[in-house]
Amino acid sequence: MYEGTIQDLIDELGRLPGVGPKSAQRIAFHILSADPADVTRLANALRKVKDLVRFCTVCFNVAESEQCRICRDARRTDEVLCVVEEPKDVVAIERTGEFRGRYHVLGGAINPLEGIGPDNLRIRELMQRLGSGAVRELILATDPNTEGEATATYLALMVKPMGIAVTRLASGLPVGGDLEYADEITLGRAFEGRRAV
Amino acid sequence: MYVRRLELVNFRSYERVELEFDPGASVLVGPNGVGKTNLVEALGYVATLGSHRVATDAPLVRAGAASAVIRCEIVHDGRELLVELEIVPGKANRARLGRSPVRRAREVLGALRLVLFAPEDLELVRGDPAERRRYLDDLLVARLPRFGGVRADYDRVVKQRNALLRSAYLARKTGGSRGGDLSTLDVWDAHLARHGAELLAGRLELVAALTPHVAKAYDAVAAGKGAAGIAYRPSLELAEPAPNRDALEAALHAALAEARQSEVERGVTLVGPHRDDLTLSLGPLPAKGYASHGESWSYALALRLAAYDLLRADGIEPVLALDDVFAELDAGRRERLADLVSGASQLLVTCAVAEDVPAELRGARYQVREGEARRAG
Ligand SMILES: Nc1ncnc2c1ncn2[C@@H]1O[C@H](COP(=O)(O)OP(=O)(O)O)[C@@H](O)[C@H]1O
Ligand SMILES: [Mg+2]
Ligand SMILES: [Zn+2]
Repeated sequence: MYEGTIQDLIDELGRLPGVGPKSAQRIAFHILSADPADVTRLANALRKVKDLVRFCTVCFNVAESEQCRICRDARRTDEVLCVVEEPKDVVAIERTGEFRGRYHVLGGAINPLEGIGPDNLRIRELMQRLGSGAVRELILATDPNTEGEATATYLALMVKPMGIAVTRLASGLPVGGDLEYADEITLGRAFEGRRAV
Repeated sequence: MYVRRLELVNFRSYERVELEFDPGASVLVGPNGVGKTNLVEALGYVATLGSHRVATDAPLVRAGAASAVIRCEIVHDGRELLVELEIVPGKANRARLGRSPVRRAREVLGALRLVLFAPEDLELVRGDPAERRRYLDDLLVARLPRFGGVRADYDRVVKQRNALLRSAYLARKTGGSRGGDLSTLDVWDAHLARHGAELLAGRLELVAALTPHVAKAYDAVAAGKGAAGIAYRPSLELAEPAPNRDALEAALHAALAEARQSEVERGVTLVGPHRDDLTLSLGPLPAKGYASHGESWSYALALRLAAYDLLRADGIEPVLALDDVFAELDAGRRERLADLVSGASQLLVTCAVAEDVPAELRGARYQVREGEARRAG
C-alpha cells in the first residue's frame, strides 16, 4: 500500500476492465513520471468524454450530439437495420465497408448469469423502431457465442411475425468469439453471406 | 505419437522442470508425495484441458505463483508439434500451438492424445455419474477434437439456463418481481436441445463403438472371470435404435417441455446429457455397489484400456500413462497388464518401487525427488 494520492490513483485504475493490481501500479507510476502536458491531455480527454459523448437517441451508438453520425447520414438506407451488442461492433462493421443501412445497439446480450434479461437491453426501443414500417430487413449481428446466439434467437422469434426479413451473419466467424476481434475480410464475408433465420 | 519433451514452470510442486522422453517405456520412480503424479497430470491437462484430480485450476498453480506454464513437444507421424499452455486460475488459459498463439485454449485439443490410468479411476466404478460422463466426454474429444467445442457450448447453455431458472425461483420465494422473467426460457430450451443433441449423438455413437472393447479388456485383465457390459443411460426416453441428431433434438425439446413445470419449481435443468449416466455391469449385476475392490480395479482399468484400444482401432496411437498402478495389482494382473500395454508407442509409468513394474516395461528410468525430476538411466 502506498500513501494517499498515489494509492487513490492505483485503486481507480484497478477498477478499469482488464487492469489488474500490477498493471494499475505500473500505469500509476508511469503517469507520475510522465510529462505534465501529456498527463493534462489525458485528464482532459477523460473529462471531455463524459461531458461531450452521449448515446444516440435513435440507435444508442455513441454520439456527440442528439443523433450519431450514422443516423444523421441521409445517404444511408432506412430499409436495412443491423442489430449489434456494443458500439465497438458498429466500428468493426463500418470498417468492412459492406454496410450502408442503420444500426441498433442493444447494450449487451441476454445473459442470465449476469442478471441481464430482455428488459435490460434496448429491445423495447428496437421494437418501436421496427413498428414504423420502414425496415425490410433486420440483420442480427450479435456475437457468435452462447449469449449472442440466444439474443439473436430471441429477437428472431419476436420480429419474424411482423413480416420483416430476419438474417444472421454467415458462419465463418470464429465461434465463441467477439465480433470486434474478427478481421475485416472475415467479417465482410460474413456480412455478404448472411442468411435468413 | 509420443511426448518428446515436457517442461513445467510453477506447475504444482515444480518451480521449473524439464524432461526428455523417448518412444517406448519410461518409468518415473520416487517415494510418495515427491511429484510423480504431478508430471502425468500436466500431460493430462494438455490432452483434456482439465486435471484428473481436481475440478478447478487453482491447485495446479504452485503455491505463491500467479500462473503455471506447461510446454510439451509432441512427435506425431514424424512431425513435431509444440503446445504451450498458461494456466491462470479464474481466467481463460492462454495457449500456443507451434509458435503462434491460438484464440482459444481448446484449439490445442487433439494435439496430444493420451490415455491416463490413475488410482482416482476407481471413482469411475464407485463414484457419481459425473465421473463417467467425464470419461466419455474426454474420450469423445480425443477421438474427435471438435467435440471440445460442442461440450463447452453445451455446458455454457446449461449454466445460463440454470441461472435463469434459479433467479426465477428465488424471485418467487422472496415474492419480488425482479428476475422472475422467464420470457427467454423458450430460447434456452431450443439451444439446449440443439447442443445437447449433438453431444448426445456423439456419446451414443461412442458407447456403441466402445462396448466390445470394454468386454474384451475386462476379460483380459480379469482372466475370464465375469463379463463386463456398459450401457448409456439417458435422462430422457429414447427410441431404439438410437435416433439421429435431428430426432434427438426433437426428443430433447419435447422432454424439456414435459419437465418445464418441475424445472421451474425446482429452479434447475433436469433433462439433458449433463444428467445422463453410463451404467457398468458385471454379468447380471451392476458394478457399482456389487463389485469387490479387486473387480472394481479391474473394471476401471478395463475402461481405460478399452479407450486405448478404441483410439488405436481409429488409427490414433495414443500415449499411455499408468500412474501408480502396479502396486495395487496382484502378480497375475501385473503380468496380464504388461502384455496388453507393452506395444504402446509411448508408455509412461510412475511407481514408488521400481521392482513393482514388470521387467518388460522397464525402459528409460527417471528419478523423481521433491520438486525435481531427471533421467537416471
Ligand atoms: N499447487 C501446489 N504448490 C506446491 N506444491 C504442491 C501443489 N500441489 C501439490 N503440491 C505438492 O505436490 C506433492 C504431491 O505430488 P504428487 O505428484 O501427487 O506425488 P506422487 O509422487 O506421490 O505422485 C505434495 O507434496 C504436494 O504438497
Ligand atoms: Mg501419485
Ligand atoms: Zn444513431
